[in-house]
Amino acid sequence: MDEGHDKGDGPGRGGPVGDDDYAVRAEGLEKRYGDKRALDGFDLAVRKGTVHGLLGPNGAGKTTAVRILSTLVRPAGGRATVAGLDVARQAREVRARIGLTGQYAAVDEVLTGRQNLEMFGRLFHLGGRRARLRAAELLERFDLSDAADKGVGAYSGGMRRRLDLAASMILAPAVLFLDEPTTGLDPRSRGEVWDAVRALVADGTTVLLTTQYLEEADRLASRITVIDRGRAIADDTPDGLKNRIGGDRVEVVVAERADMPRVVKVVARVSDGEPEADESEARVHAPVTDRVAALTEVARTLQDEGIRVEDIGLRRPSLDDVFLHLTGHRTDVPRTKEAAA
Amino acid sequence: MSAVDLTGPADPADPADPAGPDGPITAPLARGRAYWALADCWNIVRRGLTHYRRQPVNIAWQLGFPILSVLLYGYVFGSAMRVPGGGDYKDFLMPGMFVMTMAFGFINTATIVVYDATKGVIDRFRSMPMAPSAVVSGRGVTDLVVACAELAILVLTALAMGWRPDGGWGFLAAFGLLLWLRFALIWLGVWLGLLVPNPEAAGGLFAVAFPLTMISSIFVAPQLMPDWLGWVAAWNPISSTAAATRELFGTPVGGGDSWVEQHALLMAGVWPLVLTAVFLPLAVRRFQRLSR
Repeated sequence: MDEGHDKGDGPGRGGPVGDDDYAVRAEGLEKRYGDKRALDGFDLAVRKGTVHGLLGPNGAGKTTAVRILSTLVRPAGGRATVAGLDVARQAREVRARIGLTGQYAAVDEVLTGRQNLEMFGRLFHLGGRRARLRAAELLERFDLSDAADKGVGAYSGGMRRRLDLAASMILAPAVLFLDEPTTGLDPRSRGEVWDAVRALVADGTTVLLTTQYLEEADRLASRITVIDRGRAIADDTPDGLKNRIGGDRVEVVVAERADMPRVVKVVARVSDGEPEADESEARVHAPVTDRVAALTEVARTLQDEGIRVEDIGLRRPSLDDVFLHLTGHRTDVPRTKEAAA
Repeated sequence: MSAVDLTGPADPADPADPAGPDGPITAPLARGRAYWALADCWNIVRRGLTHYRRQPVNIAWQLGFPILSVLLYGYVFGSAMRVPGGGDYKDFLMPGMFVMTMAFGFINTATIVVYDATKGVIDRFRSMPMAPSAVVSGRGVTDLVVACAELAILVLTALAMGWRPDGGWGFLAAFGLLLWLRFALIWLGVWLGLLVPNPEAAGGLFAVAFPLTMISSIFVAPQLMPDWLGWVAAWNPISSTAAATRELFGTPVGGGDSWVEQHALLMAGVWPLVLTAVFLPLAVRRFQRLSR
């Protein structure tokens, strides 16, 4: 269904863009924890009414950025506005306009789902009556009515996360921060969370979503900022980002290494780039645009020419590929080496 | 899902509108800051009390140790225990048990705080437009309400075992002193709860608290201990509360001659004040440091 999702143009392409068009702006944010620079001049601009992905590996600074923007942590340098308000100087006003779903489902495990939402509703200052009505409405909306009066301790991971989302939505916030909302969820629960996020955006909420998964950012976000070592190193549409790293690849593992030159020729015919041959793994891979047609064509040709293959398939670029391309290093390995050096 | 209007019915002119004339269902009420500091605190208290209502077994666990101790010391060791200067060991033991229950309460405070901190619940509260003070004040009020319930149950147990205190104002004043101690230790609990890394570590606090409670006048009079240990026990803040409540219950047994023991009532007021003066600022600073 994500084809139908509006993936609007980024700034610069949609004509002149004023400050009012942004729900979130960050300029030169700085934050240190001990010797580690968690944020090192981080910039971000999120247009109103969009889902903006913040993509990066563990420790890149995603969570620190979200914690600063949601007023939990004060930045050491730089400035940021959310819904037009300064996060450091107008924290209280900002809090009335945001929702936050962190990496853990921050709901009370002892209370029932309904008791949780009613409590948060009262703490959002709705008053008892409206807190009750709003809780019932959100339980319905997030498909939790049946489990509303069960203790959250008995909820599945997906249900807990949906309750967490519901709690962030009590005031129908202008900006919703989702910090790795699907980490640790099974594919079905992940799909449920994605559906919920899309529904929120359809109603006009702006979402800043952090994720380690390129696929997730691709599915939900109209624009992605890639963060590494506390800095934004790329800001583009998902398609733009994938085009930069070459998009999908077709991949063939041959049975006999002697066949590799022939396989390279076959793959080259469907590829719009240069096929790469990896001798040690007997693997040939190349970027393709029309992925299914390319796969069918390669499979048929290899069969016609009688070349035996161990494996054949399509590989979508991973976060690791994005990183390798943008930074020249992989997501995890060099970081620890540098820390040791 | 997306067919449902997010903001809900909001037309004030519509008589069927459940949001009523106050505006849309998602519009916060307009009240002053002081109102919300109290209202938010009360909502956190409601949450804490709902926990006990949904898990009544928790209060049984919390009371299990003191009740078991009362039974053990009253019946098993009781006959071997003597009170210096004469007197019934029960009169010595029961106020001590009440004090011990109040003293161990800080572990309970710390456990809940560390649990909320590690589960992200405190962060959620901090990201909301509620009064930040309510997170801590609500915890404190909840703990005091629970402490009252614990004391009531312990007193009934003690009465059932034949403990006969004086009634009247002294009795109430003794309870006031016990709650005053518990109040002071809330801040120690909050501070520790924000300091320790995980709920498991909070469980380890018991290992530290247990000996600290034993080196006091709760079970044994300091005079019966080696001199240096007796001196430490006498100056233990909880010893003052124990001695003061024994006096107020009309059973001043086992008191010593040292200055601190002679001024138990005074010190039972002063010690919690000192503890609060130390740990309240530490707890507040720790809480504010969460935004660093």
